[in-house]
Amino acid sequence: MTQVKMTVNGKPASGEVEGRTLLVHFLRDDLELTGTHVGCDTSQCGACVVHVNGNAVKACTMFAVEADGAEVDTIEGQAAPDGTLNTIQQAFQDHHGLQCGFCTPGMVMSAAALLKENPKPSEAEVRHYLDGNICRCTGYHNIVKAIMAASGQEVSALAAE
Amino acid sequence: MYDFEIERPGNVADAVKALGQEDAQPLSGGQTLIPTLKARLAMPSVLVSLAGIDELKGVEMRDGALWIGGGTTHATVMREAADSYPALASLAARIGDPAVRNRGTIGGSLANNDPSACYPAGALASGATIETDRREIAADDYFQGMFTTALEEGEIVTGVRFPIPQAAHYEKFIQPASRFPLVAAFVARFDSHVRVAITGASNEGVFRWREAEAALGATFAASALDGLTLDGGEMISDLHGSGAYRAHLCGVMTRRAVQSIV
Repeated sequence: MTQVKMTVNGKPASGEVEGRTLLVHFLRDDLELTGTHVGCDTSQCGACVVHVNGNAVKACTMFAVEADGAEVDTIEGQAAPDGTLNTIQQAFQDHHGLQCGFCTPGMVMSAAALLKENPKPSEAEVRHYLDGNICRCTGYHNIVKAIMAASGQEVSALAAE
Repeated sequence: MYDFEIERPGNVADAVKALGQEDAQPLSGGQTLIPTLKARLAMPSVLVSLAGIDELKGVEMRDGALWIGGGTTHATVMREAADSYPALASLAARIGDPAVRNRGTIGGSLANNDPSACYPAGALASGATIETDRREIAADDYFQGMFTTALEEGEIVTGVRFPIPQAAHYEKFIQPASRFPLVAAFVARFDSHVRVAITGASNEGVFRWREAEAALGATFAASALDGLTLDGGEMISDLHGSGAYRAHLCGVMTRRAVQSIV
């Protein structure tokens, strides 16, 4: 077992992990931050996307030991402490960007990473960036719309596909 | 996953030493290795993480060539090679998805030599030199078949030196479920010669299409490839496409790459 320490959503977190413990399992089982989901467990679906040192990564395809000393941000850290949703989360609600909600934590974290590097993405850029996030409910349209809206762009003209 | 220990050396010398242990295996970005471990297709006793080794990271011009550290992620190459070698940056930008690109590394890709990976095509077409902890290997000698390279046990790719062509283009026909190429062609035009590398097609992994290189060396135009074909019998045949289909795609991808350059 190895002792790991990291900063998760701005707060210190630590625990004992095996070499093979995945970051997503450390977050969910040890820290009880169950907002980060395990969908496919094969790095295809993106339900487990979190940020490590500001970069979006799939927490199911990284060992907890590798995040030792890192700044980790998960879906739980996105809303304000009083529960007020952040801009992206609010846009998902306003534009019905989720149905069952299983993929949503990963979608929101990927969207946050996209808007950080590209504050005004085109619709095509949003769709391209979501290559690694799979949603089986919405058909993506309202997710794309929500992300466009969160970036402050007009979305009423976005035609349904 | 079977159980294993993870070691985190801070420099290449310590990593090489750690890899001397029985059944030790290097871990770079882990975007292929971790799924492999989950499927219990590998059973290392020790994983030696290369992620904390700063000397393995970086993108910089050295003596007219582009040097990329073996531990450099695809996302970093995408950003930092955009001006110096745009075709290579574009290749890096199309590997996997954004989260995969933030972890996966060039050294990991080249060490694994997946027959459908992108970087082997870029390295082979560029005539790159693979630098390891103990020697330098020309790309022409490095790739030795599907998942096979010139690397010895415990040898680490520390960097890759890319000569920069006059013009180049990577044309990728994506297999959308895996986001690997079904077939892709990297065409690099140098002052005196042309190199063409194909990935995703051959049972032998990445290869140079020498007939296309000769034809393009004489006349750099898509029409120079008219009449040139590859043998589908030597190509990968699976549920995504037959060998004959892949052989056909080799021509299409190479033509499109040439058309993007001229």
